[in-house]
Amino acid sequence: MKKNITIAVTGLNAIDSPGPGIPVIRALKESAHFNARIIGLSYENLEPGIYMHDLVDKTYQIPYPSTGYETLLSRLSYIHSKEKLDAIIPTFDAELFSFIKIGPRLRQMGIQSLLPTLEQFEERLKGKLNVFGEKYGIEVPKSATAYSLEEFQQRVHQFTYPLLVKGKFYEAYIAHSYEQAQSHFFKISAKWGTPVILQQFVKGQEVNVTALGDGKGQLVGAVPMRKTYITDTGKGWAGISIGDEELLEITERVVTNTRWGGGLELEMIKEDGTDILYLIEINPRFPAWVYLAVGCGQNHPEAVVRLAMGDKVPPFESYEIGKMFIRYSYDMICDLKEFEQISTAGEL
Amino acid sequence: MKLKKNIAISESGFIFNSERGDSFSANPIGQDILELLREGNEEPEIAKTLLEKYEIDAPTLEKDVYDFVKMLNQFNLLEE
Repeated sequence: MKKNITIAVTGLNAIDSPGPGIPVIRALKESAHFNARIIGLSYENLEPGIYMHDLVDKTYQIPYPSTGYETLLSRLSYIHSKEKLDAIIPTFDAELFSFIKIGPRLRQMGIQSLLPTLEQFEERLKGKLNVFGEKYGIEVPKSATAYSLEEFQQRVHQFTYPLLVKGKFYEAYIAHSYEQAQSHFFKISAKWGTPVILQQFVKGQEVNVTALGDGKGQLVGAVPMRKTYITDTGKGWAGISIGDEELLEITERVVTNTRWGGGLELEMIKEDGTDILYLIEINPRFPAWVYLAVGCGQNHPEAVVRLAMGDKVPPFESYEIGKMFIRYSYDMICDLKEFEQISTAGEL
Repeated sequence: MKLKKNIAISESGFIFNSERGDSFSANPIGQDILELLREGNEEPEIAKTLLEKYEIDAPTLEKDVYDFVKMLNQFNLLEE
């Protein structure tokens, strides 16, 4: 008989640039090991997941990361008093720092999670990827960080065009000239703050891996994917699982050497002509396409909950190659009463 | 010239490169060439085999086979 557990999940923004919450919840609902009651944690009252009652049993609004982790802890304590949470899966880059910080106190309360340590989280920051690559013997495109316009002006001349200008959490633009690069610098720093990351553009095929580490040096699962349809904003709207031993070997090296705990996504580029794999980013959480891994036979969200709760989870040994995901949009018809409820009471 | 091991070709001529995730469609003549490449044949042998099967002059066929193989190479379907 499957046991009943209550799991809180963030990232209910199933929008055109989707958060990973809904795919993670879908995976949890399909668990062969437990019946999951899902508590959605939302930041805004129009996050679609709040209204998806077949997947999300109840939603509570939580404070933005900028309000500090003590505020978050206080809100989670309240939610826990109502819902008796067993586990929590944060899925946003921007909130992870807070969740890592309060992790030990959540555990004392009986709420389990499997997250990277603060050291692991910071080691793979976009601005430090060069050092990361050197430390673990992984090719990384030349990159530099700029905290101010002066730094940007000094460092941009070390690069040739095209050049990638990236935000510390999200967004990346290709610049073909100094003027374009500067314009992207202003746009990104205004939206995401600094540092802004400059990275040499590598021409080739982008490939991504969704993976899971047990926090003790074991790679529990990994599924590589290539995007086959990319939206105007650069989001993968369709993709296919691929079989690339080198990709898996690099993923294993990253997870084993860092002793990574929890979900992660590696973004890599296979350079045209040389076939060299460059690591361009490590996202410290499951990607929005993580449900493809479930479709390929590896339920990573289920495994992360089991690991967090102390179960022994044997590593996945295979996955199906050639499985595709195709995303779609869908208009829900919702009652104003529900919007009113989440807007005024902060829960639905 | 040999087809990469990770290339799957269905009976309908659908080609899938499992390492890169690329897919293509080939017509029956393309499928013949792919099959002959898989068996380890070089371009002149392929042209010779196809010349016996199809009504076409040798120079046109040789050029078409050469172009097709070049295209397969560009699409990363052949061993280095």
